[in-house]
Amino acid sequence: MGIRERLSGNEAAAIAMKQINPDVVAAFPITPSTEIPQYFSTFVSNGAVDTEFVAVESEHSAMSACVGAEAAGSRAMTATSANGLSYMWEMIYIASSLRLPIVMSLVNRAVSGPLNIHNDHSDAMGVRDSGWIMLFSENNQEAYDNLVMAHRIAENKDVLLPLMVCQDGFITSHSIENIELIEDNKVKEFVGTYKPEHYLLNDKEPIAIGPLDVQTYLFEHKFQQAEAMRNAKKVILEVAKDFEKMTGRKYSFFEEYKMEDAEIGIVCMNSTAGTTKTVVDSLREKGVKAGMVKIRVFRPFPADELPEALGNLKALAVMDKADSLNGAGGALFEDVTASMYTAKKQVPTVNYIYGIGGRDTTSKDIEEIYTALEDIAKTGNIDNPYRYVGLRK
Amino acid sequence: MKDLIEIRWHGRGGQGAKTASLLLADAAFNTGKYIQGFPEYGPERMGAPITAYNRISNEPIRIHSNIYEPDYVVVVDDTLLESVNVTAGLKEDGAIVINTTKSKDEIKKLLPNYNGDIYTIDARKISIEALGKYFPNTPMLAAIVKVSGIMSDENFLQDMKGSFAHKFAKKPEVIEGNMKALELALQEIKKI
Repeated sequence: MGIRERLSGNEAAAIAMKQINPDVVAAFPITPSTEIPQYFSTFVSNGAVDTEFVAVESEHSAMSACVGAEAAGSRAMTATSANGLSYMWEMIYIASSLRLPIVMSLVNRAVSGPLNIHNDHSDAMGVRDSGWIMLFSENNQEAYDNLVMAHRIAENKDVLLPLMVCQDGFITSHSIENIELIEDNKVKEFVGTYKPEHYLLNDKEPIAIGPLDVQTYLFEHKFQQAEAMRNAKKVILEVAKDFEKMTGRKYSFFEEYKMEDAEIGIVCMNSTAGTTKTVVDSLREKGVKAGMVKIRVFRPFPADELPEALGNLKALAVMDKADSLNGAGGALFEDVTASMYTAKKQVPTVNYIYGIGGRDTTSKDIEEIYTALEDIAKTGNIDNPYRYVGLRK
Repeated sequence: MKDLIEIRWHGRGGQGAKTASLLLADAAFNTGKYIQGFPEYGPERMGAPITAYNRISNEPIRIHSNIYEPDYVVVVDDTLLESVNVTAGLKEDGAIVINTTKSKDEIKKLLPNYNGDIYTIDARKISIEALGKYFPNTPMLAAIVKVSGIMSDENFLQDMKGSFAHKFAKKPEVIEGNMKALELALQEIKKI
């Protein structure tokens, strides 16, 4: 029936890692994810896990150690944020191209500069094209649940891709909230034992990993990575179905909130989805047909499914917690509008950049967006689709 | 208790306002509530003004933003009354709880635009008496529990005994003093 607890998002991630009990964890501390390896290292010291904890000297080494561990045939995990992820950059691509199902807890924080330790999604958006599966989490519960599901998705032989579970730095990572944990033995059984097909420490099958890949092969290997990402969609749904059987908690590519008859809608990710739900509820009480779609699976992007959910709206706003600084809109906005165009769904759509560098996103900010959407739904007029909310004038 | 109670803490770095907010969340959790306890992280240093928050509800809490219209405000250090707008957004039917020895007139003068209830407590005196040291957060925790009526005194004390036993597992000698600080605070908090 689950265990009623109260934990911060970082504690929840560390507990999930304890229950998963991976072979190797390699990490370097960085705010706001520091607590995850900190808590985990106490589990190692106390003998609660039999993981090899590698206290590396940098994030580049953390990811390198994970790459080495996975290539050797073991299950490896790490955690980081912002500049830590930036410092991993080279190895992030190595991990995905070597098809190593490493699992990372990414506690989202603004990438410098200027230096800012607070939440936005610029770290995650920087690696959106790196070939990692990317799951986003509204709260501590989802950060925990996503980690429990992570290895089953990443290690599937039709996938074999690394996976990161994102949650909002400080907003959920440092907020104590209620959570329902799963019993240790159930998690262990659900995650299962890692049995890689090809690995370096298999003396019966000597292999090379990561040699030179020239004009004759790299294109095909990139195609295979893209195929794996497409395959991941089916696997993500299968794993979610098993997870629902175990916990009763339902997951998909995205969560639709009061969308059945919605006329105006917001697409967003992570903690802002919770705030948006409370605003949707208050608008519904006033008779406004508002709805929300929260993206859980950002990579692979649910380009086929999303237009079905959004296609009947009269106006749509996509919220990006990272500005792509391209003069043409944020990453989520571009993905959503591209999928709508391809599916021939014509909904007037605007983009809101919000919450940069930890700027608090309030109910009033969300109400402001829905008010603008009511106007767009009525008039069809969009003067400027590239907008900001919560920006000081 | 109302369906959702929102509390804002004002303290100075090092006084334990964040810890108090987490202990309050813990205590409310143990009575079956849904809770949030989170600090507003800034460039904290010892002595700098800090803010922490609590939401306590009978229903799951989904909102993830700071609290702008609290039901209650706790001021752990009364020098903040001069520099921080502690009553900003505070609901008129709510209350402010202040650690101070100032008189009613002095307090009123410092909160000219606030018409709601004011409670005061001398957390320094209680802390020195019970613990021999100045830790204002323990008495302030008891004060806000009493004023907000989140739980009964008995349930609160019983729960805190368990929390302290866990928190101070390595220095059990301080448990009794902390319990005494809570008990004294429950008695001495007064409306002015």
